Amino acid sequence: MSELNYASINVGDELPSHVCGPITRTTLALFGGASGDHNPIHIDIDFARKAGMPDVFAHGMLSMAFLAQLLTNWVDQNRIKEYGVRFTAITPVLATVTCKGKVSEKFEQDGEPCLRVEVSAEVDDGTKTLVGDAVISCR
Amino acid sequence: MLDKSIVGQESPPKTVMAEPGQMKFFAKATGAVDQIYWDEEAAMAAGHPGLPAAPTYLFCLNNFAPSKGPSILAQLGVDIGRVLHGEQRFKYGKPIYAGDEITLQDKVIDAYEKKGGALQFILTETAATNQHGESVGSMTNSLVIRN
Repeated sequence: MSELNYASINVGDELPSHVCGPITRTTLALFGGASGDHNPIHIDIDFARKAGMPDVFAHGMLSMAFLAQLLTNWVDQNRIKEYGVRFTAITPVLATVTCKGKVSEKFEQDGEPCLRVEVSAEVDDGTKTLVGDAVISCR
Repeated sequence: MLDKSIVGQESPPKTVMAEPGQMKFFAKATGAVDQIYWDEEAAMAAGHPGLPAAPTYLFCLNNFAPSKGPSILAQLGVDIGRVLHGEQRFKYGKPIYAGDEITLQDKVIDAYEKKGGALQFILTETAATNQHGESVGSMTNSLVIRN
């Protein structure tokens, strides 16, 4: 991770992408226990089918954790002031998740120079599964 | 029909410790490669007083904190198999480190329907403080119920 130099960062700059997965059923079982999200829709195919789904699918928060790694690979975590996403599609089991980010705005907030980074996660066929943004302090 | 009387409802505050073993398990489950999330020595070498909680870990602490009453979804009688996560947003305050005692309080800030009730949305805001009374941030959560 390198120190941020606000002056040398431009709108449109891309973060190094971050590839995670493939997400196996083991990943889902471990993440269920590790995150405290025990919803059986992510780990029990019988339950998922009863709920009308063809199979289990990944926790949205697993991909949100992957996408957070895109940010913490790039800057010190304590620079992140805000981070939010919309979950735009289900992440199927065995998907590989590619996390991307791009600087979309340079602005001041509470007297601090800040960057807004647009972030997204997508699965193998290019479907975007998470779309969001983060605010990074450059103080 | 969605019971809109839940809007404004606050859950009793609940407290949970950020346990180092659980945080290491989270780092493993998410494939974290940065050692500061699972190795105390690496975290301290990087200037942290202990293992830092990853950016989305507050959500996990909210799951782990023992609840003092039925959840909003339980109160509404929602089948968990019909719930999807719509949105999640974090605002950060003081960093959370292993060993911190985090107190969380949920408040329902909105509830509405779309497509004639086929989709119901519940928005919750959670405020969190540490054992020193400092804000460690907040999060907003949108759940979608498929009817």
